[in-house]
Amino acid sequence: MRLYRDEAVVLRTQKLGESDRIITLLTRDRGRIRAVARGVRRPGSRLGARVEPFMLVDIQLYERRTLDLITQVETISPYARGIVADYGRYTAGTAMLETAERLTQAEEEPSLQLFLLLVGALRSLAAGEYPSGLVLDAFLLRSLSVSGWAPSFTDCARCGEPGPHRAFSLASGGSVCPGCRPPGSAAPGPQTLVLLGALLSGDWPTALTCDQRARREGSGLTAAYLQWHVERQLRSLRLVDREDRTSPQETGQGMPV
Amino acid sequence: MFEGVVQDLIDELGRLPGIGPKSAQRIAFHLVQSDPVDVQRLITAMQEVTRKVRFCEVCGNVSEEERCRICRDPRRDPSILCVVEEPKDVVAIEKTREFRGRYHVLGGAISPIEGIGPDDLRIKELVGRLSSDEVTEVIIATDPNLEGEATATYLARWLKPMGVRITRLASGLPVGGDLEYADELTLGRAFEGRRLLDV
Ligand SMILES: [Zn+2]
Repeated sequence: MRLYRDEAVVLRTQKLGESDRIITLLTRDRGRIRAVARGVRRPGSRLGARVEPFMLVDIQLYERRTLDLITQVETISPYARGIVADYGRYTAGTAMLETAERLTQAEEEPSLQLFLLLVGALRSLAAGEYPSGLVLDAFLLRSLSVSGWAPSFTDCARCGEPGPHRAFSLASGGSVCPGCRPPGSAAPGPQTLVLLGALLSGDWPTALTCDQRARREGSGLTAAYLQWHVERQLRSLRLVDREDRTSPQETGQGMPV
Repeated sequence: MFEGVVQDLIDELGRLPGIGPKSAQRIAFHLVQSDPVDVQRLITAMQEVTRKVRFCEVCGNVSEEERCRICRDPRRDPSILCVVEEPKDVVAIEKTREFRGRYHVLGGAISPIEGIGPDDLRIKELVGRLSSDEVTEVIIATDPNLEGEATATYLARWLKPMGVRITRLASGLPVGGDLEYADELTLGRAFEGRRLLDV
């Protein structure tokens, strides 16, 4: 039995017993872990607010045979505050957390790149730097890339023929040339592919010039590409609120998958 | 593992909130050794509750009639609505004796990661209640944790154009906690110091 320390983003919390929670964390050094936070649902718990989703924390854990126990938590960045203040940010951020959890298939498998991508995306979201839907799509595309599923939005994903090409195929990994194009490929608008390429490479000036139609089509393709690679449906993706103002009737239609 | 019926009982008890495998075992063996009359009383109480209790058609609180006790009470101020997540939050707030308006129970909080969106809560019903001119203030008393805050943000954005005063319980409530665990004093103070929500 020993103590260890790590940096972590809180991905998810679940109630445990009367007053505890199980906290799912994406750590810098150990990948995804689950640990118990005792007494955090009781008033006066100093740990409570720090182990909420979106928080970036410096955390100390006590290794046990079953779930490790959280003994100390210091806040590094309280991203939750900036994210929860806006419903669009909150739903986009939740989809990022669920994606990060899903892309780390096994526990305790280090995934430093994903951790850094997530921290960067949450920081941008909390600061309201760019539209929340675009921050989400950029995160989804890049996290798929570091997981070994980098999509191509210009050259042919199969033969490398320089693009841009008209056709887009999920199964082939993105843009495909006329020779490689499988039946049933999509034909997204040229600006949509420019947008997705810009989001993947972090070219924000270009991404921000793309219009609403490209954003809508781009988010649909990104979601479809993500679902293609993760087995079960992501629950939070359908609830992402991409409008500035919505009524309860409209929120379910945020993203065609 | 125990024999058939005892294990079945342990499994059923273990599905209840806050009861782990150890507690389930302890309760099961307590029941096995109890006087059958006592056990029968428990069974009857559980059956009665599933038979009689339903949800108030106005506010969504648990009720034995179409309308709950609070919605039927003419002394309760119909111009102020307090929005909570669960019926148990109504109980917690009633204990403070600080609030004389009426309630609206959402049936949970928005939690995209659990697949719970605005359409899964009683938000349309809330909007319906606000379309009459009777209500002038809505107090949002969702849990002081992330999902409760996000639900408050959503409600405020959606209710604001309806021209009602929207307030949120004051801080002092433990962040990350459950409303039901807040003591009466803290919860009462939170009512007095509720603030206008500006979204
Ligand atoms: Zn009622």
